[in-house]
Amino acid sequence: MFSASHRLHSEAMSPEENQSTYGKCNNPHGHGHNYALEVTVSGPVDERTGMICNLVDLDNFVDREILERFDHQNLNTLAEFTGEVPTTENLCASIYEIVQGGFRHARLEKVRLEETMMNSFEYAGGAEIRR
Amino acid sequence: MVYLTRKAEFSASHYYHNPDLTPEENRRIFGKCNNPNGHGHNYTLEVTVKGDVDPRSGFVVDLKQLKEILNREVLDALDHRFLNKEVPEFFTRIPTTENLAIGIWQRLAPKLKTAQLHRVRVYETPDLFVDFYGEA
Repeated sequence: MFSASHRLHSEAMSPEENQSTYGKCNNPHGHGHNYALEVTVSGPVDERTGMICNLVDLDNFVDREILERFDHQNLNTLAEFTGEVPTTENLCASIYEIVQGGFRHARLEKVRLEETMMNSFEYAGGAEIRR
Repeated sequence: MVYLTRKAEFSASHYYHNPDLTPEENRRIFGKCNNPNGHGHNYTLEVTVKGDVDPRSGFVVDLKQLKEILNREVLDALDHRFLNKEVPEFFTRIPTTENLAIGIWQRLAPKLKTAQLHRVRVYETPDLFVDFYGEA
């Protein structure tokens, strides 16, 4: 879980188009969410440990690389969102790329990100998600 | 490709009855659910759509439009209704949670333009849900 603020606004659109596309989310001062993150990894069970990977390694990675980076930040001020609108679609894909690029102990299957209790997003590197 | 899931809730009543079966068979198969006066549930619906993120907006689908379609096509038709008596697809089909998921898929799939329907999940109670992916 992490909490962050964002504003949905595209430099490529006129003020009117930004307003009609993003509605309340275009408020210039931004607004925030509590994001709930799920990282799913897969792999064979190690015969010695009975584990796919050590959960401590996964926890430490997510704490260091994701929560440290995004928690209590304004997403619009971060490098990955200087040229990209910080929608939860794009945030979900950014988190996937960070885990995919850095976590070596198991295979990343997908990242699921809840923006609110009513809306959630999933990304598997562009691939179809296995049922 | 990104997947977006929108949740909604509705309350409805139903009962299970197959007119081709005897009253005894209906009672044996459907048990308490065969009571012709009906009973109700608070249903939770999760609709998942998939598509590529529009590079201009950063959206896979306009959530406002998705909400409007969901409200118009599903919630307005099902919320606070007696499914067997008020919802046309259940005049002949038994309104099980399985058939409810299929019915909601059939209501939504033709109306979605920018993203593709991926899954309809219907919780009848917190302990029981059905997934439908659109197979015939």
